[in-house]
Amino acid sequence: MTGITTRFSSAQRLLHWLMAVGILAMLFIGVGMVSTIGQRYVALLVTHKTLGILILVLAVVRLVVRFISGAPALPPDLPLPMKLAAHLSHLALYLLMIAMPLIGWAMMSAAAYPIVLYGGVRLPPILPQSASLHAVLWSAHFYLAFAFFALVVMHLAAALFHGLVRRDGVLQTMLPGK
Amino acid sequence: MPGSQHSALGSLVLISAVVGFSVGAFAYTAGWLTPGRLTPMELVAALAPPGGPALGHRRNHAKGVCFTGNFEANGNAVALSKAPLFIAGRYPVLGRFNLATPDPNAADPTVRVRGIGVQISAPDGNVWRMALIDPPVFAVSTPQGFYDLLEASKSKNPDAMKGFVAAHPEFAAFGEWASKAPWTASYAEVTFNSLNAFIFTNGDGAKNAVRWSLRPETQPVTIAVEDFAKLGPNHLEEDIIDRVSKSPQRWTLVLTVADPSDPTSDPTKAWPPERRTVEAGTLVVEKIEQEADGPCRDINFDPTVLPDGIEVSDDPFPAARSAAYARSYDLRTSEASQYPRTAASAKP
Repeated sequence: MTGITTRFSSAQRLLHWLMAVGILAMLFIGVGMVSTIGQRYVALLVTHKTLGILILVLAVVRLVVRFISGAPALPPDLPLPMKLAAHLSHLALYLLMIAMPLIGWAMMSAAAYPIVLYGGVRLPPILPQSASLHAVLWSAHFYLAFAFFALVVMHLAAALFHGLVRRDGVLQTMLPGK
Repeated sequence: MPGSQHSALGSLVLISAVVGFSVGAFAYTAGWLTPGRLTPMELVAALAPPGGPALGHRRNHAKGVCFTGNFEANGNAVALSKAPLFIAGRYPVLGRFNLATPDPNAADPTVRVRGIGVQISAPDGNVWRMALIDPPVFAVSTPQGFYDLLEASKSKNPDAMKGFVAAHPEFAAFGEWASKAPWTASYAEVTFNSLNAFIFTNGDGAKNAVRWSLRPETQPVTIAVEDFAKLGPNHLEEDIIDRVSKSPQRWTLVLTVADPSDPTSDPTKAWPPERRTVEAGTLVVEKIEQEADGPCRDINFDPTVLPDGIEVSDDPFPAARSAAYARSYDLRTSEASQYPRTAASAKP
């Protein structure tokens, strides 16, 4: 089968894999920290906040790179529902990469927590203190985290499906190599 | 081709395995596969009285009143910590006097443990939050022990507390204090203690384990609990409103520095009284406000909110308290409509 041979640019692939590790770590740290009263809680929380901001920055950089470099086309023989699913799931992934850190930051702001990252870096609040806003943002952060994880797992399964079952070159667009 | 069908099937099995492993690892991390793990949800749920929690309120230390004022640092503690709020000067304070009960309407004489939440803010954005209580030692050595204490004290089994005390010999010192310590009739006469140890780092990088207390300038007057009860169910609040309206009330912040041999991970073990102390400054309480409309209402006095120059030690409690306080905060902010603000009490 002759698949698509073009790949994402090396900058895009580097960003993708860095963020893949970061986002997976983030999701696991998130569910882990809210379900522990152990001493690791404090370190997990500061890691979660720091990594969240890092992901936000990388996601913005990645969007810019995406607009400049574009993306390889999907295989022409891919059924329309799968194409649609691919486009929508990527849109959702980009939205979540940007929204989740912002919601977390806003949620901390609305609760009047000082926002302190690794090394004592302090971020300003992005919302005034408000119990009702905090409650809404907390729920959004909580439920979207599970949606995000589900999307990541679907993304992984779809990538493997392209690489192992369809063998249409879609997986290769994000793998290392020339 | 049968060969490629076979490999496609194998690939699907592999993909399912990857998905299954990912979901399983996630579920494990979330604690869904380990019911024995003590979570913040369980710890906070255990605080609830038999009739259920008071919605919209803190899940513990639910009865309280807000205050504002200043911390007047004298500069002495700069030798121990580089926290900017130890540099001589005045720093704004927001706080809350409270009683250790899940019932916001509990009568004062029915609650043995009194507490204070304090937030000191430095102009550069550093914030120090703390929540102190008045016993000289804590009741249990570990967060799991605290959960066991809550379960035992609520248990219908008459031997539950006996069993708990037998299993937790460290409870004796607290139990002795709870049954024998004299009562006072004013928050202004209470010494509040951090009990937990934190690591202070000074400008040269030298580290010390430190516990601290807020020691009142007002001389305590002891009162029999029966006489205290005659003053009414809300005397502590009425008293502090009255006192502060006449003049600011003051506490000295006393830091106690550990010897390297002192236990830092066990708040049931007091450090020897001869340990070096440093008076860091004075907490000045200048204004009292009702909690419903007050500035402390939606503040979480999380003891891990620390300025540069103070960090957690190997004491397991600050992390557990932080996790549980956050759970309580997330619950009560989502229930805010159950605890209405009262415009009447908002007037200055």
